[in-house]
Amino acid sequence: FDTSAPETVDPSSVPQPKDDFQEELVIRPLHSGDIYASFQFRTVWETDFMRGNKVSHYRLFPKSLGQVISKFSVRELHISFTQGYWRTMQWGQPFQPSPPGAELWVWFQDSAECKVYAAGCVDGTWKELTNVLSGIFCASLNFIDSTNTVQPSASFKPLGIGNETDHRFLRYATLPREIVCTENLTPWKKLLPCGSKAGLAVLLKSEKLFHSSFHSQAVHIRPVCQDWQCKTTSWELRQTLNVVFDLHNSAQGKREWSLFKMFSRTLTEACPLASSSKIYIDITDNPQGEQFEVSPATPLLSQAVVLGDRRTFSVYDLTQQITFGTVRSLNLLIRWKSSEGDMLRPLLHAERYVAGYGLQTGEIHTLMYNNHPYRSFPVLLLDSVPWYLRLYIHTLTVTSKGKDNKPSYIHYQPSKDRLRPHLLEMLVQLPPNSVTEVTVQFERALLKWTEYTPDPNHGFYVGSSVISSLVPSIVAMDTNSTRERPLFSSFFPCKEESSYFVRVYTEPLLVNLPTPDFSMPYNVICLTCTVVAVGYGSLYNLLTRSFQIEEPSPGLAKRIANIIRKMRGVPPL
Amino acid sequence: FNKTLKLLMLNQWLTVRCVLIPRLKSPGVKRRFRIYSSALLVLQWLTNKDYKGGERFLVKMAAPLTLLVILSVTIRAVLYRSSLAEVISERVEVVSPLTAWKRVVEGLALLDLGVSPYSGDVFHETPLIIYLFHFVVDYAEITFMLADVITAVALYMAVMDYNKQVFRKQKYALEADRYPLDCLELIRSPKEMYYIPLKVAMFYLLNPFTILSCVAKSTCGLNNAVIALFILTTIKGNVLLSAIFLSLATYQSIYPLTLCAPALLYLMQRQFIPVNFRRVSFWWFIAQYAFMYLGSLFVIVGLSFFLLGSWDYVPSVYGFILSVPDLTPNIGLFWYFFAEMFEHFRLFFLCVFQINVFFYTIPLSIKLKEHPVFLIFMQLAVISIFKSYPTVGDIALYMAFLPVWSHLHRFLRNIFLVSCVLLACSALFPVLWHLWIYAGSANSNFYYAITLLFNVAQILLVSDYFYAFLRREHHLSYGLYLKRKDGSEATLVLK
Repeated sequence: FDTSAPETVDPSSVPQPKDDFQEELVIRPLHSGDIYASFQFRTVWETDFMRGNKVSHYRLFPKSLGQVISKFSVRELHISFTQGYWRTMQWGQPFQPSPPGAELWVWFQDSAECKVYAAGCVDGTWKELTNVLSGIFCASLNFIDSTNTVQPSASFKPLGIGNETDHRFLRYATLPREIVCTENLTPWKKLLPCGSKAGLAVLLKSEKLFHSSFHSQAVHIRPVCQDWQCKTTSWELRQTLNVVFDLHNSAQGKREWSLFKMFSRTLTEACPLASSSKIYIDITDNPQGEQFEVSPATPLLSQAVVLGDRRTFSVYDLTQQITFGTVRSLNLLIRWKSSEGDMLRPLLHAERYVAGYGLQTGEIHTLMYNNHPYRSFPVLLLDSVPWYLRLYIHTLTVTSKGKDNKPSYIHYQPSKDRLRPHLLEMLVQLPPNSVTEVTVQFERALLKWTEYTPDPNHGFYVGSSVISSLVPSIVAMDTNSTRERPLFSSFFPCKEESSYFVRVYTEPLLVNLPTPDFSMPYNVICLTCTVVAVGYGSLYNLLTRSFQIEEPSPGLAKRIANIIRKMRGVPPL
Repeated sequence: FNKTLKLLMLNQWLTVRCVLIPRLKSPGVKRRFRIYSSALLVLQWLTNKDYKGGERFLVKMAAPLTLLVILSVTIRAVLYRSSLAEVISERVEVVSPLTAWKRVVEGLALLDLGVSPYSGDVFHETPLIIYLFHFVVDYAEITFMLADVITAVALYMAVMDYNKQVFRKQKYALEADRYPLDCLELIRSPKEMYYIPLKVAMFYLLNPFTILSCVAKSTCGLNNAVIALFILTTIKGNVLLSAIFLSLATYQSIYPLTLCAPALLYLMQRQFIPVNFRRVSFWWFIAQYAFMYLGSLFVIVGLSFFLLGSWDYVPSVYGFILSVPDLTPNIGLFWYFFAEMFEHFRLFFLCVFQINVFFYTIPLSIKLKEHPVFLIFMQLAVISIFKSYPTVGDIALYMAFLPVWSHLHRFLRNIFLVSCVLLACSALFPVLWHLWIYAGSANSNFYYAITLLFNVAQILLVSDYFYAFLRREHHLSYGLYLKRKDGSEATLVLK
């Protein structure tokens, strides 16, 4: 198959290929002087994994994931590995939000064999799936079990097509402690049709990627519509990688960067299998070139509505030879001229912390900021707290602007010790230009000594809260899901023009628990048993014996004499 | 005339008993005087008819009891209003996961949210408690004070009735000349018994442990009230009510199940049914009691089922008590032991520790079958030491009985040491808790060590009373001043 020649023909006139691969890189200079680079690789395949359909011929779609979909009847799968925390207030909203650590959420198919005993059946499948994914991505996803899995009722709706919204088929889990590194990147790159041999993926060198402020890689699988009428569905695999380079620090204060500086590689070609391969540079804040200068310059400009904002991008089409110029290599360079200019404050952001002192109780505070000057909007807050922090739901308070703000919907599932976590979901209306504070008290449990993680005094992580919201948009959003759009703007489906979907993750929490002394299980067992034995012994003594007058015991000589006399058969003295 | 005569005789008896006898040297004369004093005593009882008619007695004692109740309610009300109430209600010594008020409120909040309170692992009260507080949650403070007052009054009346019976029995024994002559010192006089019921009520109401437990709104106070009512109805001889309250107490926290042995023994004693396995009447009575007990238990359990429409509460309440999943520190022996336990031995030791609570019932009932009320005291003490989530409220209940055994004080061996240890431990609990949890300068072992010591002290206290009781009984049948074969003073030993 030779698709190296770019197909720039109108897709409607030619019969659509059954599978299709696109890649793109978005670069956005951030106001903090950092650089945000977002890679997206999208494979769409018109096939049917479901209903016992044996799919054996794979071309662009990775076979390992295809088999996972059909074996575990997965409808949607979203997995992300993130190192570092996305600073919304400094960096704005990311294209694909993700919490620190690993996050996995899966919608299962309402398959025939799972119909009757849905919960148990889905739980078994979920367990197997996490173990398989753990192998595919070389991650500790096998630590996902019932104690950190929840079934959110409203926060995670399917992103692809499908009207199945019964949350019994949804599983959501996070591992906030997961460390993301090279061993997770390598298998992720192997899923790409070109691997890291050609195309944008050559930039993904781990020695540079992990030397950054924020790194997040994700895989999203979902069924999507192929055309306007949605007659045929196809499977979409989206691999995304977001990274924020702290160039300001690493370049010794010189505000200048290039592809080579960031990734220690330059681009020489597009992936031959890709139908489109583009680099976008966000120049919205730089219309006259007064802030920074991009070289080589490109005449191609594109506008896209993303996250409620119309942005302008310079586009570099890698499928065109002209992009690479005479040196046959593309090394984008941005040179900053001034560091002024302020960023549009994100309309929604959130933070969270633990209050209180001591190891007995505590309070979780979640602050949600609505920075919209005059519009209020509702947000869905999802909290999944491990069982060893026992939440007291009657202490839940929601206040905004000093007044009680009663949530219009609360879904609370209390925890079961060693079985399942707390799940708290609520719908809160955020008044315009306000801070809403959600507090809930908890009690720290003493665990068995084998239940503590290594280094227990480091503390226990509590996964991020998830805040999902439809934020009022300034510009009209694009609701046509099938039209050609840059990949980064088409991730969350958009149903109405007036608002756009945003998901914000708060910081994970680190909470200390009281610890037993790990060095003395034997001593404790011995001492406690001794006390029980003292109780038993003294009662046994009094129960079985009776009072008698103490007679003086005869002397030793007499006793020996008596023994001898007994042996002789003479009556004792 | 009657009153003067009585006083005169009492006075004379006291003079002879306390002044004359100890000063006499010759044993023969001593014995003669003892016979004289016992005759005086018997005469006095014969004139003391009005002791039997309870009303006058009750009226005479009602005033101090009312004062006591008012005083204790005032103390509690003041503490409820103070900032201490918040602190006390968080203390692990005072509230356990089973009895914490915070968890009751949480259960009510869950009910309001439309979630079953038993779907989580925070709420472990029985359905009746949650429905009780569903209606009286605004009057919780009054409810808990009322529970304490009910407990105290029930214990008061029970002990008064019990003392009358002890007295009567002693009188019959004296009349039948069953006691050895030198045991007259051990005979209990009405004067010293007069204030015992009041002291019992005082020991319960003014015990700092009870006050703390009440101020923390620990539902342990309600359980104590049910147990106290059970004791009262048993001692009054009401079989049906006794069975009903016993089933309520069992329903609340399994362990009071072991109190059925003393209840049966007492009621049979009262109805003159011999404790004999070959007698039909014995088995017939047990069957009757078991029927009433199981019947009321069935009704209560069924009622709970219909209140919530599910059996969720059974694992959540009884499974929680028996399998000890919550290792929050308390004053008991379970928490640290099972936090440090090797996982594959956990079930074994769990069984050992839980059986330990029930284990003493049969041997104790055999040994104390003549003295069911002392058996109740022993059982309560054993339960509060060895139960899975003990709090100071449980201790307060059996400690209220200590004045009833005040005549045993001369035989107690280490009461001073034990009371010192109990006091020191009670003071050290908050100190070491603070060092471990808040200051971070101590670790869990410090607190654990204090719980161990506290439990050793309790065990010593109980076994000391048991020893003293047995020893007094021995003296009552063999004489107080025992002699060896060669005529010298003998010491008693357990063999």
